[in-house]
Amino acid sequence: MIKIENVSKDMGEFYLKNISLDIEKGEYLMILGPTGAGKTILLETIAGIYTPDNGSIYLNGRDITRLPPRRRNIGMVYQDFTLFPHLNVEKNIRFGLTYSTIPEKETGERVAMLTDLLDISHLLHRYPGTLSGGEQQRVAIARALIIQPEVLLLDEPLSALDSETRGKLRDELRKIHSLTRTTVIHVTHSFNEAFLLGNKMAIMNKGEIIQFGEPGEVFRKPNSKFTADFLGVGNLFRGTATLGKGLCSIAVNGLTFLSASQISGQVYVSVRPEDILVSVKPIESSARNSFQGAITDISDLGAVVRISVDIQGVPFIAALTRRSFFDMDLEINKQVFLTFKAIDVHAF
Amino acid sequence: MLKKLNDIHFKVIVFIFCAVIGLLITASLLSLVTHTTLQALVDSVLTEEIQFAIRMSLATSLSSTALCIIFSVPAAYALTRYDFRGRNIINAILELPLALPPVVSGLALLVLFGTTGFGKALADIGIKFVFTPQGIIMAQFFVIFPFMYRVMKSTFQGINPRYEYVAKTLGCNEFETFRRVTLPMSRNGLIAGAIIAWCRGMGEFGAALMLAGATRLKTETLPSALYLNMTSGDLTLAIAAATILIVIAFVALFIFEKASGTARVF
Repeated sequence: MIKIENVSKDMGEFYLKNISLDIEKGEYLMILGPTGAGKTILLETIAGIYTPDNGSIYLNGRDITRLPPRRRNIGMVYQDFTLFPHLNVEKNIRFGLTYSTIPEKETGERVAMLTDLLDISHLLHRYPGTLSGGEQQRVAIARALIIQPEVLLLDEPLSALDSETRGKLRDELRKIHSLTRTTVIHVTHSFNEAFLLGNKMAIMNKGEIIQFGEPGEVFRKPNSKFTADFLGVGNLFRGTATLGKGLCSIAVNGLTFLSASQISGQVYVSVRPEDILVSVKPIESSARNSFQGAITDISDLGAVVRISVDIQGVPFIAALTRRSFFDMDLEINKQVFLTFKAIDVHAF
Repeated sequence: MLKKLNDIHFKVIVFIFCAVIGLLITASLLSLVTHTTLQALVDSVLTEEIQFAIRMSLATSLSSTALCIIFSVPAAYALTRYDFRGRNIINAILELPLALPPVVSGLALLVLFGTTGFGKALADIGIKFVFTPQGIIMAQFFVIFPFMYRVMKSTFQGINPRYEYVAKTLGCNEFETFRRVTLPMSRNGLIAGAIIAWCRGMGEFGAALMLAGATRLKTETLPSALYLNMTSGDLTLAIAAATILIVIAFVALFIFEKASGTARVF
């Protein structure tokens, strides 16, 4: 559907280095990466704002590398809304159809459909400056969708919103995607967003795609230290949660975790490696989760040591200080106990 | 001792500076407009000479402001949106008249249009700048261009190019993007820039004097009327011209503040 081949672009401070991506129709790709990774230029290059120095971009098999943005039919939404301040909401939304040959009747229907979907029908005559951030971003999404784009590019669309609005709009993005099946490329630095929305994920750093794949796979099998560190979660599992009294229990590959999260159904569970207590003997504590397993790998990161422990087939990573690592005399194949509190088991 | 300066004293001191300069400006302007009687002022304004100067000033300054808008908008856009070799040099050249004494600008224009083959060729096809009202327009344009250019540049710089990017993804080419997004978003800057350019144009004297001269009832603007009547000793007429310029300055400043300060709630 959209295929990016060896695209490079040098803009001085920001750059892209041999980017290749292949996205299928209807996929929702999340691009995660730190500030300055080149995520925005990648989107802007796909949109046609910049022409790559090298490489090609294909849309449905057609080479669009040198096509101006207006001929690409790709929609763009930025973090800072960028609604045209001199136009009211309706004119902002209709903006993209000014030069089209679509009859007025259909334009009207599209406006009605999108404003209904995004719950902004009551705002049509308002000016952007009088809207809240969440409302502005809804209008910006409607404005991008009115052209029925082949690809919708979202550049940290939720980052400028408060957490409540962010959650709501995130759900709506998911709804919009499942209704329209528009191919989406969404740039973010939020781990949760990436998981809840994406069905493909790319990790970007210093102008390069470090890893590309299904989100679960990228999290479970980071291919580089960068990905592992950037994602910051050593232990991420898919499981089924059942609500109980105060706590919920989550079944993961035969293990049962107790979590303080109030959630049920299919969930992702994460336990940060530094929240896990490692011991050679079982310890008496108020922590609700304790498992025994063998050390499979040890990596010395200087101040901390990360050990991989296999617990009945589930791979765990725990971090401990150098000091306690030597005190316990740990080595590969040694049996250890991993203990962690229910409050440190994050399910989402 | 300075260390012990407390907050109240600090406030008092800064306000004293403010008051001194404020008083100086108010006192000088008031003493000027109250120097003659109101009746004498009205009579002077109604004389043929001052009436002519008012018309000449309005016609030339409005023309030069229009030229200024036509040139400064694309020039400022080019210099803010496109990166090219020699950009800084071109920018410096465009802003140079701002730093030049207007008489120097006027002399340079006089030499260009009065002595070179280029100037003579223009004169031959009927475009004469030397000692003509067109010369006043040219002189004003030369001097006021950098003011408007600078305002427009900071206006365009203040508009995030992302608005333009979005417009382009929504079907606009460069020109349509400019017309439908950048220009409307620059409305206040455009008004403020035009007002400041016009205001400077109304008051322009040095450059116009060199290129167009100050010939009574021919190339006589309000500032030239002031100067001519001053030198011929007719203080009342000079004050009449000055008073009109002061009133215009007040009105212009008021509009300028409105346009640049209280931008519409976007």
